[in-house]
Amino acid sequence: MSIVVEQLARRFTQGGSPAVSRVSFQAPEGAITSLLGPSGAGKSTLLRLIAGLEIPDEGRVLIDGVDCTRMPVQQRGVGVVFQSYALFKHLTVRQNVAFGLEVRRVPKAERDARVEEMLRMVQLEHLGGRYPGQLSGGQRQRVAFARALAIRPRVLLLDEPFGALDTRVREELREWLHALHERTRLTTLLVTHDQQEALEISQHVVVLSEGRVAQAGSPADIYDRPASPFVASFIGGASVLHGHVQAGRAAMGALSVAAPAAAREGEAVQAFVRPHDIKLAKALAGAASASTATGRVERLKPVGGYVKVFLRLPSGDEVTVEVPRSEFDALGVVEGDSVRADVRSATVFVGDYSI
Amino acid sequence: MSRPARHRVLPGFRLSLGFSWFYLGLIVLIPLSSLFLRTFSLSWEEFWGIVTTPRALAAYRLSFGASLAAALANVVFGLLVAWVLVRYRFPGRDVLESLVDLPFALPTAVAGLTLTTLFSAQGWYGQYLEALGLKVAYTSVGVAVALTFIGLPFVVRTVQPVLEDIDVDVEEAAATLGASPWAVFRRVLLPALFPALLSGFTLAFARALGEYGSVVFISGNMPMRTEIVPLLIITRLEQYDYAGATAIAIVMLGASFSLLLAVNLLHRWSQRRLEARPGA
Repeated sequence: MSIVVEQLARRFTQGGSPAVSRVSFQAPEGAITSLLGPSGAGKSTLLRLIAGLEIPDEGRVLIDGVDCTRMPVQQRGVGVVFQSYALFKHLTVRQNVAFGLEVRRVPKAERDARVEEMLRMVQLEHLGGRYPGQLSGGQRQRVAFARALAIRPRVLLLDEPFGALDTRVREELREWLHALHERTRLTTLLVTHDQQEALEISQHVVVLSEGRVAQAGSPADIYDRPASPFVASFIGGASVLHGHVQAGRAAMGALSVAAPAAAREGEAVQAFVRPHDIKLAKALAGAASASTATGRVERLKPVGGYVKVFLRLPSGDEVTVEVPRSEFDALGVVEGDSVRADVRSATVFVGDYSI
Repeated sequence: MSRPARHRVLPGFRLSLGFSWFYLGLIVLIPLSSLFLRTFSLSWEEFWGIVTTPRALAAYRLSFGASLAAALANVVFGLLVAWVLVRYRFPGRDVLESLVDLPFALPTAVAGLTLTTLFSAQGWYGQYLEALGLKVAYTSVGVAVALTFIGLPFVVRTVQPVLEDIDVDVEEAAATLGASPWAVFRRVLLPALFPALLSGFTLAFARALGEYGSVVFISGNMPMRTEIVPLLIITRLEQYDYAGATAIAIVMLGASFSLLLAVNLLHRWSQRRLEARPGA
């Protein structure tokens, strides 16, 4: 049961900029699709439009081929999980899970059986009698999943479901969601601002920016072939280098990388370089090549298993390089040293964008 | 039973508790106990005779009945007003917000006079209601109307902050699960608001029981029919029957205190469910 969105638009204030602006995309059947973007990109609004919690100004929403743009939320058969859990505090875990079945008048015997099945699925069968206030954040969110899945929804819509949890629980639940999806194969839409989350558990990613689709594709497509400077800078924490096209290459001072085929001589270019796509070596070590430049170490920041090196290049651009701890120790640099930076891979865009 | 003392940023539990008891004793307990002492001049038979006269029994029925009806009406309409104030933004909202508190500020006698004028046979409301055969002024209905007027702010002001804290997500989650708007209200919103509604009901009810000023004008004060307990007490006092007045006052006090205590226990029970914490 796929989700198809066509030319969807929603504006909240008269004359203001639209929250969602003519967005079209497809969430393939049986896959997890992520709506990824910074805050304010319109991803939650988009999810609410699909759920039926908002009515679009224009465009259509099709679930499983059926146009349900104007269908009331109660009839859409969508399971929604909110960042805030949105559990019913006055009901026990079991009653929370049974809620959707009760309002749909599912017979009691079937209802009880389904509730137990759902509690087993989220591994909370021993906590059925507790109230939400007596559970941890991760347990509460699992109750919310069980409640959403109990009504056998056609699609599952998740609005930053792990956003309110601490890192360790978030990673556990991410794994858990992956395993759950392997079993249910339910078409799932996941709203997130966490690129790690999107790249890790989804088969399809839609990157949103200012209410528009910036790029849609597989996680590998998005990561390896960003379609715009926005995607290139948003995904993977890339640094940007400024330069010009010279002799068919993008030249940033002495450093140059391959330029796009369409680039004309003298045009301004921007090269996006990921933190682990730069190799550092002692200055003067080995032969200099076109893709290397000598930079000054401005600051060092050890982050667990690797060290972030902030490097100032002769062109004035600052780049961030991530060096594994062992490699860093072997390199033996301190702040203020000069090092040689070898840019092994960069994504180059013609033109001078500001982000 | 000794518990390890918990450190708090603001000290002074013993001092503040001691002062609270002292203060409540000074302004509530001592005046009330002097009331009990007064009645000791009566024998048990005399006391029983005074508090069970048909006139007194009729007054209890009216006072408790009209207060209950008024408090219940306030629960319904107070919830509605609180809902409108919390959930919607509209021109004139600030005016409505201030109107809610007006019954707090208005001298009750003014309220009583105004209501009597409105509901009398020639008044703005009264002329139409009487045409329909409904007499409000100088009947027990009038008493309930006056008590509803003075009790409204209590419900609105207790429900409003709780309603503001309710996450709209919860209502939306219920809707996605298939709950109709009515089911969302009855199964999700109402249980969450129940403790606050109960508090508001209690305050409005207690206030109505003790109300005097606004009622005496609209009720007509006919013994056996439209005489409330506070008025009966005043009548006794005007006849210099202090012991009789205090005897009736004690019945009123006992009944009110038991009711308020019962409602408070119910409130604590309903609140405990909502505030359960891990490990509880």
